[in-house]
Amino acid sequence: MAELVKLMSAITRRDDERNPRSSILNPRSYWRSLEELAEAEEFQELLHREFPENATEWNDPVGRRRFLKLMGASLALAGLTACTRQPTEYIAPYARQPEDLVPGKPVYFATAMPLDGFATGLVVESHEGRPTKIEGNKDHPASLGATDVFSQASVLGLYDPDRSKALSYLGDIDIKPWSAFLGAIQPALLAQRALAGQKPLRYGLRILTGTVTSPTLAYQIKTLLATLPTAKWHQYDPVGRDNAREGSRLAFGQYVNTIYRFDKADVILSLDSDFLSCGPANLRYARDFANRRRLSNEKHEMNRLYVVESTVTNTGSVADHRLAALPSRIGAFAQAVASGFVPGFEMSFRLEKPLSPEEQKWAQTVAAELQKYHASSIVIAGDSQPPMVHALAHAMNQALGNVGSTVFYTDPVEANPENGTDSLRQLVSDMNAGQVDMLLILGGNPVYNAPADLDFASAIRKVPLRIHLSLYKDETSELCQWHIPEAHYLESWSDTRGYDGTASIIQPLIAPLYSGKTAHEVLAAFLNEPERSSYDIVRDYWKKRFDVGGQEPAGKSAPPQVGGLTQKSTAPPQPVPSASSPQSAVGFEQFWRRSLHDGFLANTAFQPKTLTLRSDWSASLSNAQSPTANPQLEIVFRADPTIHDGEFSNNGWLQELPKPLSKLTWDNAAIVSPATAASLGLGKNVNGLATNPFSRIGGEIIADQVELRYQGRKVIAPVFIQPGQPDSVVTVHLGYGRTSAGRIGENAGFNAYAIRTSDAPWFGSGLEVVKTGGTYSLATTQSHHLIDAEAAGERDVVRSGTLEEFKKRPSLAPERVEEESQPKQSLYPGFRHEGYAWGMSIDLSSCIGCTACVVACVAENNIAVVGKEQVARSREMHWLRVDAYYKGGEINPKTYFQPVPCQQCENAPCEVVCPVAATAHSAEGLNDMTYNRCVGTRYCSNNCPYKVRRFNFLLYQDFYTASLKMMRNPDVSVRSRGVMEKCTYCVQRIQKAKIDAEKEDRLVRDGEITPACAQACPTEAIVFGDINDPESRVSKLKRQERNYSLVGELNTKPRTTYLAAVRNPNAELEV
Amino acid sequence: MQDRVQDSVSDSTITPPSVVGAGQTFASVTDKISSIALARRTPMGWFLGAGVSFLLTMLLMYTIGYLVLTGIGIWGNNIPVGWAFDIINFVWWIGIGHAGTLISAILLLLRQQWRTSINRFAEAMTLFAVACAGLFPLLHTGRPWLAYWLFPYPSTMGVWPQFRSPLIWDVFAVSTYATVSALFWFVGLIPDLATLRDRARRKAAKIIYGMLAMGWRGSARHWHRYETAYLLLAGLATPLVVSVHTVVSFDFAVGIIPGWHTTVFPPYFVAGAIYSGFAMVMTLAIPLRKFYGLQDFITMRHLRNMAKIMLATGLIVGYGYMIETFTAWYSANTYEEFMMKNRMTGPYASVYWSLILCNILIPQILWWKKARGNVALLFVVSIVVNVGMWLERFVIIVTSLHRDFLPSSWAMYNPTFWDFSMFVGTIGLFLSLLFLFIRFLPMISIFEMRTILPQAEVHEAAD
Repeated sequence: MAELVKLMSAITRRDDERNPRSSILNPRSYWRSLEELAEAEEFQELLHREFPENATEWNDPVGRRRFLKLMGASLALAGLTACTRQPTEYIAPYARQPEDLVPGKPVYFATAMPLDGFATGLVVESHEGRPTKIEGNKDHPASLGATDVFSQASVLGLYDPDRSKALSYLGDIDIKPWSAFLGAIQPALLAQRALAGQKPLRYGLRILTGTVTSPTLAYQIKTLLATLPTAKWHQYDPVGRDNAREGSRLAFGQYVNTIYRFDKADVILSLDSDFLSCGPANLRYARDFANRRRLSNEKHEMNRLYVVESTVTNTGSVADHRLAALPSRIGAFAQAVASGFVPGFEMSFRLEKPLSPEEQKWAQTVAAELQKYHASSIVIAGDSQPPMVHALAHAMNQALGNVGSTVFYTDPVEANPENGTDSLRQLVSDMNAGQVDMLLILGGNPVYNAPADLDFASAIRKVPLRIHLSLYKDETSELCQWHIPEAHYLESWSDTRGYDGTASIIQPLIAPLYSGKTAHEVLAAFLNEPERSSYDIVRDYWKKRFDVGGQEPAGKSAPPQVGGLTQKSTAPPQPVPSASSPQSAVGFEQFWRRSLHDGFLANTAFQPKTLTLRSDWSASLSNAQSPTANPQLEIVFRADPTIHDGEFSNNGWLQELPKPLSKLTWDNAAIVSPATAASLGLGKNVNGLATNPFSRIGGEIIADQVELRYQGRKVIAPVFIQPGQPDSVVTVHLGYGRTSAGRIGENAGFNAYAIRTSDAPWFGSGLEVVKTGGTYSLATTQSHHLIDAEAAGERDVVRSGTLEEFKKRPSLAPERVEEESQPKQSLYPGFRHEGYAWGMSIDLSSCIGCTACVVACVAENNIAVVGKEQVARSREMHWLRVDAYYKGGEINPKTYFQPVPCQQCENAPCEVVCPVAATAHSAEGLNDMTYNRCVGTRYCSNNCPYKVRRFNFLLYQDFYTASLKMMRNPDVSVRSRGVMEKCTYCVQRIQKAKIDAEKEDRLVRDGEITPACAQACPTEAIVFGDINDPESRVSKLKRQERNYSLVGELNTKPRTTYLAAVRNPNAELEV
Repeated sequence: MQDRVQDSVSDSTITPPSVVGAGQTFASVTDKISSIALARRTPMGWFLGAGVSFLLTMLLMYTIGYLVLTGIGIWGNNIPVGWAFDIINFVWWIGIGHAGTLISAILLLLRQQWRTSINRFAEAMTLFAVACAGLFPLLHTGRPWLAYWLFPYPSTMGVWPQFRSPLIWDVFAVSTYATVSALFWFVGLIPDLATLRDRARRKAAKIIYGMLAMGWRGSARHWHRYETAYLLLAGLATPLVVSVHTVVSFDFAVGIIPGWHTTVFPPYFVAGAIYSGFAMVMTLAIPLRKFYGLQDFITMRHLRNMAKIMLATGLIVGYGYMIETFTAWYSANTYEEFMMKNRMTGPYASVYWSLILCNILIPQILWWKKARGNVALLFVVSIVVNVGMWLERFVIIVTSLHRDFLPSSWAMYNPTFWDFSMFVGTIGLFLSLLFLFIRFLPMISIFEMRTILPQAEVHEAAD
């Protein structure tokens, strides 16, 4: 032991020169090597002392966190300092190789990722038992093969070295056995049983979960509620869908789930709905939406999307017509639209400030257009809009005949739908009243993300026994006596449902890394089955269900509950097919294996049901909203596009992923429009326009800090000025300002939950913005203020046009370029690429800027996270970026997204200038990069017109953390300091397909190779293939008239080409 | 005395004007120059200057150590600005070296005798400047320990450098330049080293100078071979004056970045190099002649001639700027037009206009004869030109890179402390080497000075 410590400290002393600015004490700087981390004085001390000094800080939460950070430096070192002898264990090679497990060949398993309770079907790539890459499940209705940023990045969440690793009591890091926990809760449970007989019944045990769609979990909870009458269940999600649920109750008198068929809709009106990037079905909706508007030389029809929105979103950015409006006025706007055609409905109130003529015209045009496309239109309301707007949308869809053709209603997907905010409010008032003896929190982080007015943190302290199951020791864990490390979904057996009710079994890809428990196992402990594994629990549930023909197994039914909970009506039989036959173990086994293999249970999607509007639905509208003519600013709360509600704040990939529009990384900001910024005196005034003040290093903004004062609460936030943001609206994103999240998540951004209240969780007026005079550094990857018409307009970067223009001139090329695009003269004969010639086509009409491709690329290619300081210096390592360009004025510009990977030029400017031939052309046209040969002159990057090459300015990769080693794709080298790297079209996938094809003595088939970006893309905007094959998809796309090369006049002959963006505006609304 | 010195030779029948102060004899020249190297007491001023230079050299060593251990991320370089201070400093130092070669080689071949008194330390300056310049391409690479891969050596990997890359041309150009400069300088030193050997009184000095003098005895055969070798080296060095900076300019001209992709670069770079080189010679010569009392050897005629060369090359450089701007407009190319507009009005506009001020406007004062005779003014102008030439490279490299084709990848560049410490450190290294040189070696060629004394003329005439 002593020798080992000596050895380790010798290693740590080896490099004595380090960046003084990066230290473990600054959680936002990514440390690059253990040496660097270990340089921290405290850590050295820890190594040398048997009883670390900081042990005394144990009960001080701040000190403890710092201590934990140091302790968590690496598994290996932490193991060394704990003076425990490793058990003698023998390892043995495979005597007989398991079938399907060939070293070096990945295997794939289907599973599903729950987000806010709803499933996305996935297929996970596993190398020798280690999940390394997430792909979408082509057969799953919520995925169709695509993934979002969260599922792509969840593999890093699994291997996160900051995850909670041990069961703890009062923060005690002694590794407690599971039995200690079981022993501890027994007396409490017995006490609860004793209480059960008392009258009146007091609910002593409370279970708090997020939205539950898992049939097994719901069944377990209901069983617990039935066996333990003092127990009560609450569900709360900080970005839940309460408004949609309440809207359906308003319209139909019951909770229903609404499903939209964008593949059949010609006209869509979105009322503040970001349906392309938020919500349980966003991947599906994005695919359907894009398919309906995909153009070709032959097909010249598109759907048309109208968006009224209160903040800039991806959906608004790709809309054909976008109206930026105050969030409180969207309801009024919806009424103005509805009053045109919804029978028996008139504007229920007179606006104090009537709609402007422009808004009027908009509303009339949209109403006319919706009616014109009877039964093939959709009106969709956003989750942040109040129930009244949802009810209006339902009424409009009914009146337009859309129900049954583009809009379907089903039973709720949630196992027990309820109003989460009300449920939480109830829980807090009970806790404050001392009614709660024991609180079991399964996942979630309510201390951090509960509405500020409920003051969950002080209420929870009044509960005698508090148990928290979570992936991280977070803010809630700190206030709970018992903290149970949760198993990641990639380590768990569970089940969940997709947006349409399709059930999936979540199957683990790896045994829990840190002996984490699933919610099922914790609940089993409360059900006196402490040793049951979640595999048994989930499998037995479905077995039971299978045995009874697919219905919810009877069990002990839960008693009707009082209070904020609404008992769900008896669920109709939900068929599990193939189960109707005489029930046998063989039949179930087949069904089970089929379901695991497919990733979902066939035919479990809910059947559409017919509903009628409540006769009095419109009566409640006037009560539902009183018009405000408030001249004050309004605030909008939204889930963060990359770290969601804070669930992913310790995920470096997502922190460093640029937000789709602002391109901010590592921070949230108070987003305001240029005009509002100017009126508040914020930002830098350039020619009368407020812009973000950039510093002189790379992509750093020196943002003004403001104090946001809202309903008596305040928070300090940096300001980001965003074109297209409605005036007088400040958007803040949730999920930042964590105080206990891990090295990555802590102290990034500001906590918007601090001013979010339960009565106005999504928006409200009365916000005050006070300039503090301070500034704050924000790191962006793209500087928008530069992209003005003068500089970029003449550059043929994004080709775009309207459908009418496209019909007239399908190339949409600027005239200047068209003249010049004659065949280039050359002294040399052209080079003919024989065999395969790989190429890519990116359809700018389809791209919705979701950036899933970027995270997919990071995950596939072992791309390093560099940290905020390095991003501010413009040194981010993303091989693929999604550029956002604006067109038109800054008030409501048209936005275009452009993914830019390496263009793989045939005449590559980078290749000729490399002095050591480290970048060279392959026979198949790839611009290859030989990392081992690179000496790092950066000449290639300088000479790249697209600036897609990325340089390891420092040692960005973490070569030492054990868990991160397991995460990496073994097919891609991990680059060290001083070398250039770049997109390879996922050459490892190309090689694999070629080897497979060669073994079968055939050519690679079209579609056999999918680069990671194309695979993740929800809209199939990215297509890859062999351009020597005239029948391949990519060849066909490149023959489109819209096809163009980026900066083609340089004659670089890029293999990646773009299809011009086409929008379909309504001529009546065009000025 | 200086008024009698004529600036030019217009009539071969009259005796060429002297470039040595009156009253000097063979012995006095030898005494005066060799005593600086052989004196027992080193002046305090030398210790002061050398001490400061040495500290700056230590800063350079520290920076290099930190750089190699941590990575070039300690500098401000980023994507898109992949090159910045590193290559600016490289080009700047290489440019400075050019004057030395020009004075030694071209002026020798052109039989410009006035070069004699300044050629030795100009050559030393060349050598030291090339040494400083060479550090940058080596250390600016991401993995400097592999930089030898740029040399064409038979490697077990069977890989050659990529000969189409201008960086490889650079390797050849700069390494040839460094070799020829060193040889030229050393061969020129041999007769004087023998003089020092003969005059040294301390044993160690005798041995060291003796070894360096390589057995020079001053026989007619020695002189004959020496003259042949020196002339040959001068002939070899002459094309280098033009070729090295031409090749350096190819680093940019071969690239496709607007602001780099310019055909005027080779001549404009060569002129710029000579411009900055003479400015540096002037910057060094003026204090040297003052502190060591060498006004008789480095006369006003030297300074005036150098001022004229600066004026001429400065005008060529100005023409280069003009043509760049004209071409950007005439090409009607969006990117070129934007590049020029961005230079003049963009975020680095102040650098561009400072460059115009330093390189074009201020040196115009040299049109006036009076100005050319004012030593203090010449000193200031030479410093201004040095600054201006550094700014020129900043404009070419940074402002071209920071906004190229796709607006989405535009970004700013700002140097860090380590960028400056590396630059200042090389100045320290340069000065340290120079201080050692003037202390231990004859800074003016003794034997060549003797040949231009009037006594020598008489001797030749009688011969």
